[in-house]
Amino acid sequence: MSCMGSLRVQKRLAGQVRQPDPLTHTLSEAFPETATDAAAIGFVLARLPRTDAPILWVQDRLSRKEAGRPYLAGIGTRRPVIMVDLSRAVDVLWAMEDGLRCRSLGAVIGEIWGDPPSLDFTATKRLALRAEAADVPCWLIRRAASPDLSAARDRWRIGAVPSAPHPHDVQAPGAPRWALDLFRSRRSKPGQWVATYDRAQDRLNLVAPVRDRTLATGDGTAGERAAG
Amino acid sequence: MERQGNAPPDDIPIVLAREGHHGPVIHAANRTARVNGILPGSRVVDMRAICPELQVEFADEAGDHAALDRLVLWARRWCPWTVRDGADGLILDTTGSDHLLGGEAAMLVEMETQLSLLGLTARLAVAPTWGAAWALARFGPVRSICGADEVHFKLGALPVTGLRLDDATVLLLRRLGLKTIGAVMDVPRLSLTRRFVKAALAANPLMRLDQALGKLAEPVASVDAKPRFVVQSRLAEPIFDPAPYLPELCEDLCAALAKAGMGCRRLHLTVFKTDGDVSHVDVATSAPTRDPGHLHGLFRDKVERINPGFGFDLITLEAGGVEEMQVLQNRLDGGADDDLHLTRLVDRLSAKFGPRAVTRPVLRESHIPERAEGQVAALAAMAETGRAVTKERPLRLFDHPEEVRVLYAVPEGPPAQFIWRRQTHRVARYAGPERIAPEWWKDRPGTRLRDYFKVEDQAGRRIWLYREGLHEDGRGGDPRWFVHGCFA
Repeated sequence: MSCMGSLRVQKRLAGQVRQPDPLTHTLSEAFPETATDAAAIGFVLARLPRTDAPILWVQDRLSRKEAGRPYLAGIGTRRPVIMVDLSRAVDVLWAMEDGLRCRSLGAVIGEIWGDPPSLDFTATKRLALRAEAADVPCWLIRRAASPDLSAARDRWRIGAVPSAPHPHDVQAPGAPRWALDLFRSRRSKPGQWVATYDRAQDRLNLVAPVRDRTLATGDGTAGERAAG
Repeated sequence: MERQGNAPPDDIPIVLAREGHHGPVIHAANRTARVNGILPGSRVVDMRAICPELQVEFADEAGDHAALDRLVLWARRWCPWTVRDGADGLILDTTGSDHLLGGEAAMLVEMETQLSLLGLTARLAVAPTWGAAWALARFGPVRSICGADEVHFKLGALPVTGLRLDDATVLLLRRLGLKTIGAVMDVPRLSLTRRFVKAALAANPLMRLDQALGKLAEPVASVDAKPRFVVQSRLAEPIFDPAPYLPELCEDLCAALAKAGMGCRRLHLTVFKTDGDVSHVDVATSAPTRDPGHLHGLFRDKVERINPGFGFDLITLEAGGVEEMQVLQNRLDGGADDDLHLTRLVDRLSAKFGPRAVTRPVLRESHIPERAEGQVAALAAMAETGRAVTKERPLRLFDHPEEVRVLYAVPEGPPAQFIWRRQTHRVARYAGPERIAPEWWKDRPGTRLRDYFKVEDQAGRRIWLYREGLHEDGRGGDPRWFVHGCFA
């Protein structure tokens, strides 16, 4: 019985490399609207599969300096985090690629500031193939970057919008809400949503924005500002 | 035992000092100092008054400890069963090995000669029990030999300090008029039992006496020498790049480790250059391993840093931190061990970027946000504190809080408008304050308290803002505002 099971598992793994299955984990890119916005981090963490496997989190020096470092008390201690603090984008890409060889990781998150020359189509393609082969979700968070050519399977532009009303306090911000723009995707249809995150239940609700027009123009200006 | 490596002349009084409760105290003194009345354990300032020309050096107690541990293994040349005794002694179980050195008297002379060649002064004694040997070596005649039937009267003349008792008990016995071990032996056994029935071993003269006389067992538990795993390759002529020889060396070393059932946590690669110089490269792993491919991979970028000079003709690879390693299989289909993969990943990252770049954040017991998180080594085993985070905390924290310029302050709550990183933020909603007082047991006096606010600006960005101090709190001027983190 166990032999049969293992055969099936191996078959499934072998099949993944040739034909991307919509359920496998892959490389996604997230572009925060402003550099200091933690909405992208919140969205990425909410999208990770619910396991106790450790996260490999690689940061370059500028990201750490300009946007801070992940704070464990806010992320939660359910999953152990292995932080790698590096200075160059090449090293970040090397560490992420090395991390994707390890199937016991829950996720690999990399943060790269700007548009370094080393982060080209080849580099993202290598990351995407490795992530699909290992079936580990890989997120590249790119601050102050322009969405150039990339092999990332999903590319998100993420910004914060005013939060939901607080149930007990009119004056206080409530559950976080994010404006999501999936502007390129290989596996699903691109679109725009406003996401509400329920922290207590770890639940992400996506709703199509009511005012399409306004949100679209808002996204555009914010994107230009971030790129310039 | 005194180390006389490059010893100063014997006619100058010299003492070693260690830190005591009220300033430095004497750790050890040389012969001249002892003749001048210097007592180990007393304060250095008092002894300077007695002997103004006293020279003081600080003792290296950890170094002495390590040296004594090495000496334990060195002493295996005389008998196979040796152990360290306290801070300044060795116990050798020479049962059945003295005849190899020509009897006990000749053995003691041989030991004293060999130790003096190392630069060590030793006082030696042979006795049937640990306790008797301890007392005779310290208080008995030179190189005394005590047979099994003469313990009673040889110990009887020695002072009561020879019973390995703590200072308080020795003082008590002296006050009772029991100055020699013989006097303690003459006291009826029942009276001693009654008086010291609850005392611990170090404060119980009766148990110590029984140990010295052999009525109470005191076995010698020897330590094992750790095996050394070294492989080397001698080259016919000098070369400049050790890389082609590394895979074979790693395989040989791992084969030796596998044979012994061990794994190593450090590897030292040493190249011996033709001009007599030696270069080292060290790598470390986070878990014991004996996988040649993995160990070879750790040297990938490091071998280039060796300066070959005029070439080298001998390469050695030594395993350090050798531990027992069990072969684990956690999947039924014989698949790879998941945890092992993680340790290898951490090894690779630490070898490339340095161990300080790869860390794991852990929660610590503190209310101050930056102190509530600590860094440990990525795979360090640690007890889970189980501390639950009750308050809402941001996802990102800045290493250094960034000061903001307040444009429009309001008496209660956060500022209505402020400039942070050259952008104006208008506070639309806020929650707080959450007051966090300084930790008076750690912070300097005058540290101001913080009032934290979670504010949301007009664009929906949620920022963790704090005011340092209060108006008129007498700890500096007007309170300043800082951004400390960002919420999702």
